[in-house]
Amino acid sequence: MSDSPNERRQVWITGIGLLTSLGEGSAATFDRLCDPAVAPRVDETRFAPYPVHPLVTVDYARQIPKKSDLRQMEGWQAIGVFAAGLALADAGIAGNSEILDRTDLVVAAGNGDRDCALDRKILETIGAEAASGAYLNQALSTGLRPTLYLGELSNLLAGNISIIHKATGSSRTLKGEEIAGVSALENAVRRISHCQGDVFLVGGALNAERDDLLLGYELAGNVWQQAYRPVWERDETCGGFVPGSAGAFLVLEAREHAEARGKSPYARLSGVVSDRSRRGTGEVISVLETLAETLGVAPGGRPLPVLSGASGGAPATGEERAFLEGSMEAGFVSAVRAYGSRLGHTVEAHAPLGVALAAMALHRGTLFPPCDTSALEKPFDGPFDRVLVTGVGHWRGEGLALIEKAT
Amino acid sequence: MEPRHLDRKGRPIVVVTGLGLVTSLGRGCDTTWAGLVAGRSGIRTITRFPTENLRTTIAGTVDSIECEPYSAYELSSRISEAAAEEAIRQSGIAPVGRFPGPLFIATPPSEFEWPLLRRLYDESPEPQLEGYKRMLAAARTGHYSGFQRQLEFASIADRMQDRFGTVGEPVSICTACASGATTVQMGLEAIRRGETQAALCVGADATVHPEGLIRFALLSALSTENAYPEKASKPFSKNRDGFVIAEGGGALVLESLAAAEARGAKVLAVVKGCGEKADEFHRTRSRPDGAAIIGAIRKTLADACVAPEDIDYINAHGTSTPENDKMEYFALDAVLGEHLRRTPISSNKSMVGHTLIAAGSVEAVISVLTIERGVLPPTINYDVPDPELPLDVVPNKAREQRVKTVLSNSFGFGGQNVCVVFSSEP
Repeated sequence: MSDSPNERRQVWITGIGLLTSLGEGSAATFDRLCDPAVAPRVDETRFAPYPVHPLVTVDYARQIPKKSDLRQMEGWQAIGVFAAGLALADAGIAGNSEILDRTDLVVAAGNGDRDCALDRKILETIGAEAASGAYLNQALSTGLRPTLYLGELSNLLAGNISIIHKATGSSRTLKGEEIAGVSALENAVRRISHCQGDVFLVGGALNAERDDLLLGYELAGNVWQQAYRPVWERDETCGGFVPGSAGAFLVLEAREHAEARGKSPYARLSGVVSDRSRRGTGEVISVLETLAETLGVAPGGRPLPVLSGASGGAPATGEERAFLEGSMEAGFVSAVRAYGSRLGHTVEAHAPLGVALAAMALHRGTLFPPCDTSALEKPFDGPFDRVLVTGVGHWRGEGLALIEKAT
Repeated sequence: MEPRHLDRKGRPIVVVTGLGLVTSLGRGCDTTWAGLVAGRSGIRTITRFPTENLRTTIAGTVDSIECEPYSAYELSSRISEAAAEEAIRQSGIAPVGRFPGPLFIATPPSEFEWPLLRRLYDESPEPQLEGYKRMLAAARTGHYSGFQRQLEFASIADRMQDRFGTVGEPVSICTACASGATTVQMGLEAIRRGETQAALCVGADATVHPEGLIRFALLSALSTENAYPEKASKPFSKNRDGFVIAEGGGALVLESLAAAEARGAKVLAVVKGCGEKADEFHRTRSRPDGAAIIGAIRKTLADACVAPEDIDYINAHGTSTPENDKMEYFALDAVLGEHLRRTPISSNKSMVGHTLIAAGSVEAVISVLTIERGVLPPTINYDVPDPELPLDVVPNKAREQRVKTVLSNSFGFGGQNVCVVFSSEP
């Protein structure tokens, strides 16, 4: 690997690993998105009043053969390790120790699952008396599983991927909810194009089926708490996201590196850009406009379908909708699909998930049908050779990614 | 860019022009430095919360910054702000609030702490519900939205960006105990790519709370030498029995040499190079053959274009756990060989404790101070040398010695290993 500062290289997507509420694997997930007869899978009872998109039933042993490894992981880690394994296999580098030894990981992550049963037991017992501190110490010291922290720590998804799949070139974990996924993609693209790495495994995972996760996001009213509705159909003033369990990983590779090993790509990741506004009124719109300009997407170009990562949260989703409507009127956005309507909002995994679906769409030459009956999502069957993915955080962070047919 | 602004590989040379530091020894580079060269310990008996029933009751808390009521989010934010402000002021790069580059920041977990859980539980409008359902009912009232920042991973970075006006989306990082070093690496890479002329690299951690302490105790990682707090952290000693959890933060202003020269800034040190290698052996232990740590050191030297013999001081990860110090010695011996016998190596953690997420930042700052001030901070509490680790640890007393090229090591749980080389010359 050279490290010359002025080189620019294309970034190819050569492997995709998805594990979602609709299926195991990118093909199964995409097939079901394309099938108008398949409804989103939603569980409205387990966490009522909060609907969630539960993970499809999966036999983890196919990617995590040792039970002892699986026992040491919390749900989000197992989901992510599974999806990462699918991506490596898809790229044809699983088991290739020479390449794995220099595969760089950039993972977007939050925290792992707390022991909610222990929390409940402590809260029921602790009381308000002066000795409560001593009780808490005792209860945590004897009640916490010694390895639980390793299931919670943000960087231990990446750590487990290295342990299970032997990808060990380097390992960085980025945090910050949705924008962590955007930043992870952006960092890998920049490093590949500037010869600071040849092959990257990038992605994230969310276990949506967690009381503690819901509580964290509900503090500021971020979670949708009525019967399921698609993203654009949630009230703009008191919207919210419906969390979806998912793991989404991509193998990103320098074009030269992929060609040298005879690997053809799904698509090319042409650019990832991001910014952070203070979320004053209208700021999401103006930031998205500027970012689109930076990416070089503007009126008058080729057809441009958009896979929107909108969460459904207010007011960000309403502003993103205004940006997309304006772009459609200006004639440079051809179709919109909020993939979160079908797969749920997957927070840190959401941007990698969107890019994965965009690459699948380009590879197959077809976009999946509208996710709802809103005026924004319309049927589209025209030809296209590029897709824009939006990543607007429910609270902070704005990002765009452009995926193009590799030529 | 002129040739003298490029390194041997043709990349822009990156330099440090500002430093900021907060540790258990105090606030500001000068305060911590004075403590370090005096061989003073910042480790104390914990007073922040009751410690009955705990195996470990000592820590290196940051008490020099007021934070009442304590939360990890609030104190970590204040430490980040204090360190960054000091670094930006020293650099003189721009008025505080208009930093002309991106922010890379290592932050602790954004998670529930017990005072908040208890409030949500006790104040719930639906006390007939149980556990999390009861707390969710409290959350739905909207009365607790002010606590959102404790749970959002973007929030410390967001607050820092508001305060210092950094450019673009701030990047929050976790590579466990290597996180601080990763921020330096991200800044170095961004400047080398030509994306920016400057970067603000910060790491902070203030997680001395009951659960923060207990989870490391349960991993048998902490020293239990509670009776003599200042003697508990004893890296490279035969009787070392674990690390001492601590709080702190460090900040570095990185700039391209060209930009620093153009504005007449004082160059404190050159960031010669960084390297990283992930381990695939175990969640808390290194491969027995040390391959990943060795790989990280070798990749760092290669990136920095320096030979092992060029290293004339090592700022150790040196946590004082039996495992880390043994593996660190083993890896250094493999890479530096005979040269290691002649190379002083000390662990700041003997005095400031292990600042976890912030350790790489704190030690990067101290590495630069070591170059700048010509004194090697000691490894204190080195009373019983470990004969299996024959090292010049600068035992117990600081040593006046000019050094040119310093290797700073950071190794994290989860197998993330990052090293940085700083030098007085390009």
